[in-house]
Amino acid sequence: MRTPVWSPSAQPEHLRARAALLGRVRAFFAAAGVLEVETPLLSQAAVTDPALASLMTRVSLPGFGADRPLYLHTSPELAMKRLLAAGAGPIYQICKVFRDEERGRLHHPEFSLLEWYRPGWDDHRLMDEVAAVVRAALDRPEMRVERITYRQLFIEGLELDPWHTDERELAVAARKAGIADADRLVLDKDGWLDLLLTHCLQAGLGRDGMTFLHDYPPSQAALARIRSGDVPAAARFELYIQGIELANGFHELSDADEQRKRFLSDLDERQRLGRSRPPMDERFLAALEAGLPDCAGVALGLDRLLMLATGVDHIDAVLAFPIERA
Amino acid sequence: MAFYSTNEFKGGLKIMLDGDPYNIVENEFVKPGKGQAFNRVRVRNLKTGRVVEKTFKSGDTVEAADVHDTDMQYLYNDGEEWHFMDPESFEQMTAGEAAVAEAAKWIKEQDICKVTLWNGVPLSIEPPNFVVLAITETDPGLKGDTSGGGGKPATLETGAVVRVPLFVQTGELIKVDTRTGDYVSRAKDA
Repeated sequence: MRTPVWSPSAQPEHLRARAALLGRVRAFFAAAGVLEVETPLLSQAAVTDPALASLMTRVSLPGFGADRPLYLHTSPELAMKRLLAAGAGPIYQICKVFRDEERGRLHHPEFSLLEWYRPGWDDHRLMDEVAAVVRAALDRPEMRVERITYRQLFIEGLELDPWHTDERELAVAARKAGIADADRLVLDKDGWLDLLLTHCLQAGLGRDGMTFLHDYPPSQAALARIRSGDVPAAARFELYIQGIELANGFHELSDADEQRKRFLSDLDERQRLGRSRPPMDERFLAALEAGLPDCAGVALGLDRLLMLATGVDHIDAVLAFPIERA
Repeated sequence: MAFYSTNEFKGGLKIMLDGDPYNIVENEFVKPGKGQAFNRVRVRNLKTGRVVEKTFKSGDTVEAADVHDTDMQYLYNDGEEWHFMDPESFEQMTAGEAAVAEAAKWIKEQDICKVTLWNGVPLSIEPPNFVVLAITETDPGLKGDTSGGGGKPATLETGAVVRVPLFVQTGELIKVDTRTGDYVSRAKDA
């Protein structure tokens, strides 16, 4: 459908659906006794994750400096953890986050995130609450929930154990699965796993309800702690509904030394990939040193949740003005 | 040599893959929240017309294909090749059978065609959407039938065969939609 360039890409009913969804989410957290907070969108430090690209701007401010770089956050995670370290208790935030180089049917460079933290909880307890928030937000109390480990998913779907395989075997599996042109790709082990997950397995997740994928390979821990067990696994989960990735959560890493190590290894990886090497967040690391309470946290994409609530298949249908009209 | 990054991918972009020029039909961005991003792309091989799927790691670059479309006038066929002329520069070019392909059965001298050039050489020829051609042979239809129902085959001056209504006769001019190969109407003149 063609509409004039000044007009919104979302139907009025979808703009109302957003307001209603935000209302239900806020009501849920008010009832649960979780405090709404705001943290800065602009930061002097930037995310180190090699798979994320921050947008940078420059500011000139009296008493602060001329032409100083500031980064638009890709998630409020680090600032919210500083609040947790300061004893804020359970907190949530609804905010815009920014990611360069991401645009498509499910991606927009600025999008709305709901992020929350539960001191004293682990990832499994938080998964229960994520399911409750989604049921409340979508007003679908009957929605079914299932959980599957990352390892189980690959073994059942592809007869591959991610913990006991290598690049060569994964490349063969990608070719066998019919991924176009798989033999031309040059990827590391996690890259192959990402390819197989997104191209072969993801579509089947959350087919009739919610599917939590959990216990990720330690190499994909991001900011999750590592659990020992049958095999060591990252205490990380993702939520899928109708094959769409909606949320990512962790039993949070609170070890400052381990966190610094991961940041530095991220930065080396960024350098290897020819990406920028932004300043890492020393204030966040100092907060970890001061003591982050044992906690679990999760980030949930509200635009995608709204897509499911309204039954549309492109993110632009729930945005007032996508970037091309911004 | 020009290159495109996957960030520049969109429908219509012309790229080189394995030595052949391709046109991007559809570009889908696929990325896990934390992890490697990919571009899943459907591309049409401009030499064969075949559409295939390709997977790229986001951020990769591919060579740009020097492909562009230009309007040219069809001059004549010398028995082997088709000769075209740029109506502004009067520069002439020849196209072989592989490039002309299906267009051969629709085009007549002086028709303006869309010529797709790859490195300056005709890669494919698109006839005008509508052409007016004379019928060289068709069975005489039943007298008085003007309903157009049923129809019969008619051979045109270019050799193409189309279905026409029974009332249309040998020697008449008809208008044909070259995209579907369908008869549109009778025509007074070309």
